Amino acid sequence: MIGVAIKMIVGDKLKYFGLIAGIAFASLLVIQQASILVGLTHQTGAFIRDTNQFDLWVMDPQIRFSQDTIPLTDGTLPRVRGIEGVEWAVPMYQGFLRARLPDGTRQTVILVGLDDATLIGGPPEMARGQFESLREDKALIIDEDSRLQKFRFKQAGTGALDVGDTFDINDTEMKVTGTFKSSKSFFWEPTVYTTYSRAIRVAPRERKMMNYVLVKLKPGADRVAVASAIEAATGAKARTSDEFIKITADYILKETGILVNFAMAVGLGFIVGALVSGQMLYNFTVDNLRFYGTLKAMGASNLRLVGMVLTQSLLVGLIGFGIGLGAGTVLGEVVGKAGLAFLMPWWIPAFGGAAILGTCILAGAISLVRVIRLEPAIVFKGA
Amino acid sequence: MSTAAPSAQPASSQAASGKGLAAYCRGVTKHYGSGSNQVLALRGIDLEIPAGKLTMLVGPSGCGKTTLISVIAGILDRDAGECSVFGRDFSAMGQRERTRYRGENIGFVFQQFNLLPTLNAAENVAVPLMILGEGRAAAVAKGKEYLAQVGLGDRWKSLPSQLSGGQQQRVAIARALVHSPRLIVCDEPTSALDHETGGRVMALLKDVALKNDRALVIVTHDARIFSYADQIAKMDDGRVDQVITGSGITAEARGH
Ligand SMILES: Nc1ncnc2c1ncn2[C@@H]1O[C@H](COP(=O)(O)OP(=O)(O)OP(=O)(O)O)[C@@H](O)[C@H]1O
Ligand SMILES: [Mg+2]
Repeated sequence: MIGVAIKMIVGDKLKYFGLIAGIAFASLLVIQQASILVGLTHQTGAFIRDTNQFDLWVMDPQIRFSQDTIPLTDGTLPRVRGIEGVEWAVPMYQGFLRARLPDGTRQTVILVGLDDATLIGGPPEMARGQFESLREDKALIIDEDSRLQKFRFKQAGTGALDVGDTFDINDTEMKVTGTFKSSKSFFWEPTVYTTYSRAIRVAPRERKMMNYVLVKLKPGADRVAVASAIEAATGAKARTSDEFIKITADYILKETGILVNFAMAVGLGFIVGALVSGQMLYNFTVDNLRFYGTLKAMGASNLRLVGMVLTQSLLVGLIGFGIGLGAGTVLGEVVGKAGLAFLMPWWIPAFGGAAILGTCILAGAISLVRVIRLEPAIVFKGA
Repeated sequence: MSTAAPSAQPASSQAASGKGLAAYCRGVTKHYGSGSNQVLALRGIDLEIPAGKLTMLVGPSGCGKTTLISVIAGILDRDAGECSVFGRDFSAMGQRERTRYRGENIGFVFQQFNLLPTLNAAENVAVPLMILGEGRAAAVAKGKEYLAQVGLGDRWKSLPSQLSGGQQQRVAIARALVHSPRLIVCDEPTSALDHETGGRVMALLKDVALKNDRALVIVTHDARIFSYADQIAKMDDGRVDQVITGSGITAEARGH
């Protein structure tokens, strides 16, 4: 009878394709919007992720996200270095500065200054040139994607900034000695790296210049204990990269309204899809009540009919969701290539699928009330 | 009063003359609705349905014919009275047993055919077998055999919408017979068909359905098919007024 149930719904081409299209569309909306939200969230942590080799960021307690650029008080660095369990600690500068390309094109950049001796805190992978080239005179590395997109000459220029080119940051000449591979970032301004001492020289003079102290723990040291010791000694805040990524994401999502907007898109997609598909599934069963009555009269038990209706719900739910998931993945692939945010961790299809299939089964179950209550005697009533 | 077995027949004319009783009713009542909307559809039905015979239920619209065969076929509960089908009382069975018993012993033919529109003819005929648990392939193969018996062997692939009314009713008859039920109930099986097609359907029903001592109960308005009956029960206002047999049937058919 499962075969009969499948033929009942598959044979009704118009309703069948309508149902599948509705469910597929709802699934696509839910999956796609959720994946973009996750992708955007992930992108907010790009700067933090593009660093390596250390365990804690020490920062001003008021910092809300990774581009907040609030400097630390003098003396933080030596105090951190004096704390038990700290293997080493190095400074990092971060500031928004104006750059001017050779053709006069203006571009705001985030200049990051890395500890001169160790170059700790830099991006993990170079696209062209050597990371150590930062030690050369005027050296600066820029990221390869920004080079091609944001560091383009706009005025009578040709092409993009290249390795070997020079340009000004805050009226100081810098030379591109290499490019690095960056994670796609939520933030617009390109991040460029130089050494700490050079960054301090380039940047406008302020009383306090050091934004972060990057800390490596001694092997076996208790991270939490060291972090609170640092906080007690300096009045600063010590965070792991994961913690820093999280507060950045939370702040950006809330502050920009992205979270609310996407949550609404996901919710609306789901509700509209659920209402339309649920209604169609319900109607499908009700339209077939006469035939369920006939089957009942001919000896089909309620349990059998429950199995039939739920089979139909699951069938269209699975096919519809499958198509929606496939379309969502393809779409994600396309927009991902175009550089847009799209990240689909396993739990998006898992929860999305559970929600969509759950809705289909619920609609089937509601319509089943009519089937179970059905008096088989209706079969003798006129059409 | 015992209702245990067919042998416990009340002494009556039909039972005495025939091979046995498929079903009987004694004082069966049934109402619909409640309060001022209450309708007494059956007001004490006494009727015997002999095996191996074609019984017709006739009477004016609203007299309770459909209600009566619904009770006899076990798809509607009676209020009171006795009713037994092959010695079993549907009211004494649980829901599951009743459904099962109905599936095994009763075949249905409907005025509107009630064929599943997305199944082909052979699959439609096979449905009662599948309900009883037979595998799909075997059931459909048997469905084709029965289609051949009603003269539609070459149309087994057709969907109901591709068949004429008469052909659809023949498919429905094959479906009512495929699982060899002992009682077949038909509500107005010819009223959606023209006279000639209706006659052919009746001839077929009488021919294939009455084999093996099956009992056939047909509700009809259609006086032109009265001549196919072995007994005619005339109903009025929830009662069986008169049971006509033998030469009375010819007179009845001519009278209309
Ligand atoms: N489900 C129902 N609810 C309320 N009243 C009903 C219902 N079914 C039938 N009735 C009433 O019961 C009475 C008998 O109905 P039934 O359908 O058995 O008549 P019938 O002899 O088959 O009529 P027809 O020849 O028009 O088919 C009628 O008065 C009808 O209105
Ligand atoms: Mg009727």
